[in-house]
Amino acid sequence: MSLDTATVRRIASLARIKVSDDALDHWTQEMNSILGWIEQLQQVNTDGVEPMSSVANMTLRQREDAITDGGIQDKVLANAPDATAGFYTVPKVVE
Amino acid sequence: MSNLTDLTMADALHGLESGDFSAVDLTRAYIGKMEAHKSLNAYITETPELALQQAEASDTRRRKGEAGAMDGMPIAMKDLFCTEGVRTTAASHMLENFVPTYESTVSGKLKAAGAVMLGKANLDEFAMGGANSNSYFGQAANPWKAAGDTGVRVPGGSSGGSAAAVAAHMAIAATGTDTGGSIRQPASYCGIVGVKPTYGRCSRWGVVAFASSLDQPGPMARTVADAALMLNVMAGFDPKDSTSADMAVPDFSAVLTGDIRGLKVGIPREYREGVSPEILAVWQQGEEWLRAAGAEVVEVSLPNTRAALATYYIIAPAEASSNLARYDGVRYGLRVPGDGLAEMYENTRAAGFGNEVKRRILIGTYVLSAGYYDAYYLKAQKVRALVARDFAEAYKQVDVLLTPTAPTTAFVAGSQEDPVTMYLNDVFTVPASLAGIPGAAVPVGLAANGLPLGLQLLGRPFDEETLLRVAGVIEEAAGFTARPEGF
Repeated sequence: MSLDTATVRRIASLARIKVSDDALDHWTQEMNSILGWIEQLQQVNTDGVEPMSSVANMTLRQREDAITDGGIQDKVLANAPDATAGFYTVPKVVE
Repeated sequence: MSNLTDLTMADALHGLESGDFSAVDLTRAYIGKMEAHKSLNAYITETPELALQQAEASDTRRRKGEAGAMDGMPIAMKDLFCTEGVRTTAASHMLENFVPTYESTVSGKLKAAGAVMLGKANLDEFAMGGANSNSYFGQAANPWKAAGDTGVRVPGGSSGGSAAAVAAHMAIAATGTDTGGSIRQPASYCGIVGVKPTYGRCSRWGVVAFASSLDQPGPMARTVADAALMLNVMAGFDPKDSTSADMAVPDFSAVLTGDIRGLKVGIPREYREGVSPEILAVWQQGEEWLRAAGAEVVEVSLPNTRAALATYYIIAPAEASSNLARYDGVRYGLRVPGDGLAEMYENTRAAGFGNEVKRRILIGTYVLSAGYYDAYYLKAQKVRALVARDFAEAYKQVDVLLTPTAPTTAFVAGSQEDPVTMYLNDVFTVPASLAGIPGAAVPVGLAANGLPLGLQLLGRPFDEETLLRVAGVIEEAAGFTARPEGF
């Protein structure tokens, strides 16, 4: 399986990473090299094997439904690149 | 008094308790080393003033008889642990100006035990890499040099700055994190001890996330006893980490008895494939040391070893692509404006992430995308189950496994440009990460080129006690005292 530049452009768009036209060939080549190497996995027989999503042999805990903090708006916004009037801001979305 | 930075943590604690010197003396000595060896680029952010304040507070506590387990110990903190009020970059342009308003659980535990933070150690961006060459803040250098070297050797990665700082005596110990070998491999390249605890043993809360089913903090130190002492402080249940193990933490310092009589040590035969004669010889030497100490050495098989690396390079990028979706230019981190919201995201992430991070996000996005999920991600999860099963089967026969830590000694910076070539350095460390089991890297000697070589021990889940006890025996037998020179 080999990726073409259109597919790589679509993946980059899904990942929300701008890739310039100049760099597209380079990324396509690199991804194909990595995916080509990964292809070896298809040789492993995994019939009847349950997929493993975690090594922690446990069901996730449920925490108590209680308020544990709050009133820290300034801390929450402290690292926001463009906080205004107590809010995060984004470029205009709705015309 | 002139060689305060040569003391092990155990000896330094003893010296403080006896009043031979103060925590301020010790911290000043380490700050002097940091100034002398700035060229190693082991730290991204140095915090000498904060360290001296903490050292003064430590001396006060000790006078009052309130000293903690690591009181006055000057350590380096991998710049992946969020530290309240101290910039935490993950070695990324994305977080270049990020100053957390909270403290990670592990760094908080170290603080509470009295540790002094000298600064934030360099690493590969978002802990993705094995050479510390993917840092936005520049390559950290290995203090070790091979004969005839003109350039620098890599310290390994991703915890490269931590390893370099400990090896160059610019910190008495350091925190690391290990996702596929990021504690053990740099420890091996720099000739120090590194311990990756069992997944869930140390809290991930407040550690900048890379691959959440694999990430695990652990100690890096100059001796096994120091690593054990530090693990005592770092480990423990944390309700804020959903996969933290709710179980008691034994006293790891108490297990270093040196007695391994009757213990069964396994040698995984698949790990011999393609190993250089030099590494093979060191490995056999390790076997002999353990046999001489009364252990029984047997060969075991981990048949899915070969597939583990490719499995890792599907699972880790998949998780990374999800975790790193949070860097959107809105809530924290870099923002690069664009025409509308979508372009702002794309511009921010294009400018904020380095090439290896982008590479992994793209691979991760692809293997999770519709139509390819089953062929890649689901397949990898199944092979991961087989890798874990291999270890479980082996531990029915043996108590611990002995392997090399890395296939080579530290390589020259810039000599491995191809991503896949770089990934192959993780071949001995990745399988244990996938299985979640604990591992320790111990320095055992120097290669013919003069660079340190390490052996790796792998233990049963949550049996760091046996792991550390055997590591202590290897350390004792190897008597590794060589130090890097001329850096």
